[in-house]
Amino acid sequence: MDLQIALLLGQDGITNGAIYALLSLALVLVFTVTRVIFIPQGEFVAFGALTLASFQAGKTPGTLWLLIGAGVAVALVDITLALRSGVFRRIPGIVGWNLAYPALASAIVFLLKPSEFPLLAQIVLALALVVPLGPMLYRLAFQPLAEASVLVLLIVAVAVHLALVGLGLLFFGAEGSRTPAFSDASFDLGLVNVNGQTLWVVGASLLLIVVLGVFFERTIYGKALRATAMNRTGARLMGISTVMAGKLSFLLAALIGAFSGILIAPITTIYYDTGFLIGLKGFVGAIVGGLASYPIAAAGAILVGLLEAFSSFWASAFKEVIVFTLIIPVLVWRSLTTRHVEEDE
Amino acid sequence: MSEARNILEVEGLCVSYGKVEALHSAGIKVGQGQIVTVIGPNGAGKTTMLSSIMGVLPHTRGVIRFQGLEVGDAEVEQRVALGINLVPESRALFGEMSVEDNLLLGAFMRHRLGHRDHEQTMDEVFQIFPRLKERRAQHAGTLSGGERQMLAVARALMAKPALLMLDEPSLGLAPLIVREIFRVISDLKRTGVSILLVEQNARAALQVADYGYVLETGEIALEGASDQLIDDPKVVESYLGLGGRR
Repeated sequence: MDLQIALLLGQDGITNGAIYALLSLALVLVFTVTRVIFIPQGEFVAFGALTLASFQAGKTPGTLWLLIGAGVAVALVDITLALRSGVFRRIPGIVGWNLAYPALASAIVFLLKPSEFPLLAQIVLALALVVPLGPMLYRLAFQPLAEASVLVLLIVAVAVHLALVGLGLLFFGAEGSRTPAFSDASFDLGLVNVNGQTLWVVGASLLLIVVLGVFFERTIYGKALRATAMNRTGARLMGISTVMAGKLSFLLAALIGAFSGILIAPITTIYYDTGFLIGLKGFVGAIVGGLASYPIAAAGAILVGLLEAFSSFWASAFKEVIVFTLIIPVLVWRSLTTRHVEEDE
Repeated sequence: MSEARNILEVEGLCVSYGKVEALHSAGIKVGQGQIVTVIGPNGAGKTTMLSSIMGVLPHTRGVIRFQGLEVGDAEVEQRVALGINLVPESRALFGEMSVEDNLLLGAFMRHRLGHRDHEQTMDEVFQIFPRLKERRAQHAGTLSGGERQMLAVARALMAKPALLMLDEPSLGLAPLIVREIFRVISDLKRTGVSILLVEQNARAALQVADYGYVLETGEIALEGASDQLIDDPKVVESYLGLGGRR
């Protein structure tokens, strides 16, 4: 291997690593706030990418039906509860978010022609369809189990993952899609040719990480999420509701997932089940950070990306094996060096 | 007119952990602007009572009325919004956040309800706890035991509560700091907040309180104005006498 190949592989590794880093941050966020190991994270990646691809192919994405269905289900559950407890003032909000919003989204998809939208508008519309699925999913699958053990939450997360993969096959079929690159530009940097999409991925990932950092460090809602992760009881006593924190963290995770999918779709062909593998690599990064530290998780995820790129050169058949085997020494190292943290409450 | 003068009325409150009933039909009242204390031995159900009034623990029977309004079915967050605040025995601070951020989150519910006055409230709170102002940028986890307790109380005050419930504020603190905590509690009374104080340190609690209840094995055994309780032979014998601690 000469320097040029090494640089190319490094570029590949950092591009994928940036995506894994985003996903690892989402996994850490969801786990620390809700104790859910968010296996369906990868489905948001696939849904984001494939929804965008559907628009570009002039098709109606199946995620629209999922949004409508989930909205109706949430509305039924919440309106029943509101009627039973007599809190009628909640009903307009429930109807607005879960029925009116999906209706508005359908109107845009059917009445206007998303295939003729500029790329940016298509991306926004794809995010608008996929991201609300996060909090809806939390409401339906996880909120009723907020007090359950981590194991129970994990089992539910696996079930949700399997259900979403099945729906993905139904909505998008077995064929993969690739979307056109955001830009065709490419730059010669000495030995290596850097293509535009790489810069887009790395730049957008960095930007999103900075925005998330500002959200967590500077805004009261970001601080409330961190507080919930540190001390759930303490947070409740401040009036930070566990439900609100859960929905907000799922919203951010869905946003990060769908956005990652849209970023990576021009580089990799995305199938209905590709998300799982991408999500798992983010998960390896998150494990490096002990599911607790954001910077270590992000660094671990970039390491995963680089390892994957280089192992695909030396032993391409064993690429996944090598990446996932990394988790064993990491777990050994973590169990030897970190003190055991009791599951709280 | 008792509803108007009592900020909190608890009647016939029963709370169970599984099959074990920890509170049997306990009733207390807190008058507007009063300090009321509940004293009693370990395991009598004092913390259970506060947790249940806050909504952290569900009760099986009984009525909890706050400002004349039945709140027994309300979520914790709704009770915070109404003006009930609990400083738990564990303090429940956000250890990896600065003192300032802990205080800011104390005003979270006010912020959600549209009151954007946390800076002014924080200045007021810093006047009560000047030491916290010096430590404002420090992580809560690095504070001493006394400072943590002060931060926990200060954080609760950020919500401008109408009823402040304190669970064992003197627990595990050095005598000098205990004295300071109780001085702050009696000072707080002047700001108009009503206080429900649960303590094992019965003497100190009765000295600052207007009215007191003695809780024993989940039932109210005795109640009265605190200057009467402090002289009551039974209280002296069980909680204040030579057998009593501190």
